[in-house]
Amino acid sequence: MTDPDRTDLEPVSEAGALVRPYVITRGRDLPDEGTFALITLVTTSTDEQQRPQRLSPEEQQILEMCSSGYLSVAEIAAHTQQPLGVVKVLLSSLAEGGYLVTRAPVPSARLANKTLLQEVLDGLKALSV
Amino acid sequence: MASRLSLSEDAYVRSGAQQTAVKILVVGHFAVGKTTLIGSLSEIAPLSTEEQMTSLSENVDDLKGVQGKTTTTVALDFGRLTLSERIVLYLFGSPGQQRFVNLWDDMARGALGALVLVDPERLADSFEVMDLVESYGLDFAVAINQFDGGTVHTPEAVREALDLLPDTPVVTIDARDKASSVNALITMVRYLQKRAALEHA
Repeated sequence: MTDPDRTDLEPVSEAGALVRPYVITRGRDLPDEGTFALITLVTTSTDEQQRPQRLSPEEQQILEMCSSGYLSVAEIAAHTQQPLGVVKVLLSSLAEGGYLVTRAPVPSARLANKTLLQEVLDGLKALSV
Repeated sequence: MASRLSLSEDAYVRSGAQQTAVKILVVGHFAVGKTTLIGSLSEIAPLSTEEQMTSLSENVDDLKGVQGKTTTTVALDFGRLTLSERIVLYLFGSPGQQRFVNLWDDMARGALGALVLVDPERLADSFEVMDLVESYGLDFAVAINQFDGGTVHTPEAVREALDLLPDTPVVTIDARDKASSVNALITMVRYLQKRAALEHA
């Protein structure tokens, strides 16, 4: 899971591996929220010999879906019709296995710099003409 | 249950390897037109994802509290809009009730700002959502969704009723109309730029 574009330097929480989906489906959230935000973009890593041997059907489904391009975490949850919390757990375990490449969003609104806002504005203006 | 899913090419983020994802929240009370607005802008059919929540999530380690928990499923509607080769914008429609507050943690984190959609006939219903937006420190603009046949309310009257700061933008829109929705977002982003400039001044 090497991603040169990752800007958040928070240490990866070990708790992710300990939290099982059944916990999540009872309404709890992963502690390492920053890794998989709603708009973190995800795709499969190109390293094919990493092909998983023992993945759950749900994990395989996600890998298959992500193999054709980038999707956000929210989109993966919507397409698989799994609750967000469950999807985050599955993504987290897949990422730990090296199957996924993730592109984290801008970590905080406060860091949204002038250039970014200007680009958003320009993009919107282009739509309105 | 985990059947094969094949998505069309359009379902994927066009330039995901280069793009930065940003998000803007579209917030408002029930049936104010959030999903309509998102639908008018989104390049994909608006999607919906569900999150299960408990009402007492603060006390997860308190086993005595378990019995008192109720599980709610909240649907979160969202859409996507490619703005350029570098930026992809996600719009999340967020329910405005306090009981969804742990969902808001996820939604508000990293959001550029919020567009607060209000129904001029039900302004009081917007107080709760305004409180939420403010408690998360989100910069926001207010968009009055002018429904057909409703009394036309001036932005000034709405500003007064909602007790807005003088510089908070208020625009009147038709959430079904793309150009109108885009304009509301433009107004909001201009305001964000102004706020950012003030902060750095």
